[in-house]
Amino acid sequence: MVTSRNLVHLVVCVSVAQSATDILLLEVGYRSGDRAPVVLDLGRHPAPSVDPIVQALALTDVVIGAAVTALLLALTIQVHKRTGTLDPRAVRPERH
Amino acid sequence: MSEAVVAAYGEHFVRVAVRQRHTTDIVSVITFDYRGVDTLFEELMPFAAVTGVSVLLRPLADERRARPEDRAPGRRIPPPSPTVGLLGVVLCAVLVVVAAETLTHAQVSPGGGFQGGVVAATAVFVLYLATDYRTVDRFRPGLLLEGAEGAGALGYLAVGLAGVASGGAFLLNVLPLGTPGAIFSGGTVLVLNLAVGVEVAGSFVLVVSELLDQTEVIRGRDGRRASSPTASSAGC
Repeated sequence: MVTSRNLVHLVVCVSVAQSATDILLLEVGYRSGDRAPVVLDLGRHPAPSVDPIVQALALTDVVIGAAVTALLLALTIQVHKRTGTLDPRAVRPERH
Repeated sequence: MSEAVVAAYGEHFVRVAVRQRHTTDIVSVITFDYRGVDTLFEELMPFAAVTGVSVLLRPLADERRARPEDRAPGRRIPPPSPTVGLLGVVLCAVLVVVAAETLTHAQVSPGGGFQGGVVAATAVFVLYLATDYRTVDRFRPGLLLEGAEGAGALGYLAVGLAGVASGGAFLLNVLPLGTPGAIFSGGTVLVLNLAVGVEVAGSFVLVVSELLDQTEVIRGRDGRRASSPTASSAGC
């Protein structure tokens, strides 16, 4: 899929790469043996927990990803309408 | 910042969040309280995406809107299978319940407005899969969706300004904090999640509607599918 010359595949690739940053963020805040930052037993609070800040950042990242994917797909539709192809090599800049 | 400082910042919130804000989900309280201003702009991102998609996909000068059935007036559209319809209705009901649960429990367990809003939007998409385009078209009144989107964005701002009005800072947690672990806890976190949920659900349905309209409604002037000079060269 990475070598495909289809704009829709390109959007999927961007989306996958973007999801990888979510996992990177979670990994930054992960500490082996610690629990999720959700308090289930108030009596044993505060217990060691993984970093909640990066998890909140991952949420932001997911929202950005959805917005970017929507805009890229809209652009892809317009490219196909105007040029009849999804091959980025076949799309030449128009002169006005 | 060294790694220790970054980790200490997170650990600090884990220690103080339950005591200060009476929420048991630390991620939610960071998103909707401690970093509430960031989330205001995060919430405006789906809003911006809808605006961008609407502008990019508006009917251009050489296009017009037409009903899908106008292209083959004599042909009846086969009705969807009743089994699929029933499954769709059941799944749709389950999705609505899950969305409401996710939306309202952010302060006690993982979930929140963004997640709940997306689940609520998928209920509409399930209806599309189970029925057909025209049925869904009736189910998504544009004005209501745009209203929901705007109301969600404005609701967040209103909660923020309520903090200012009470003599504190923007997005100050002005509501009663309740008991940790109960649904009505965490003060403004629940209200902000509801605002975000409404906004996100409206945005997602609107974005997908715009994309669906491109294949179903918008035609080139000559009546064909929107212009494709060298058709069938999809470039795969």
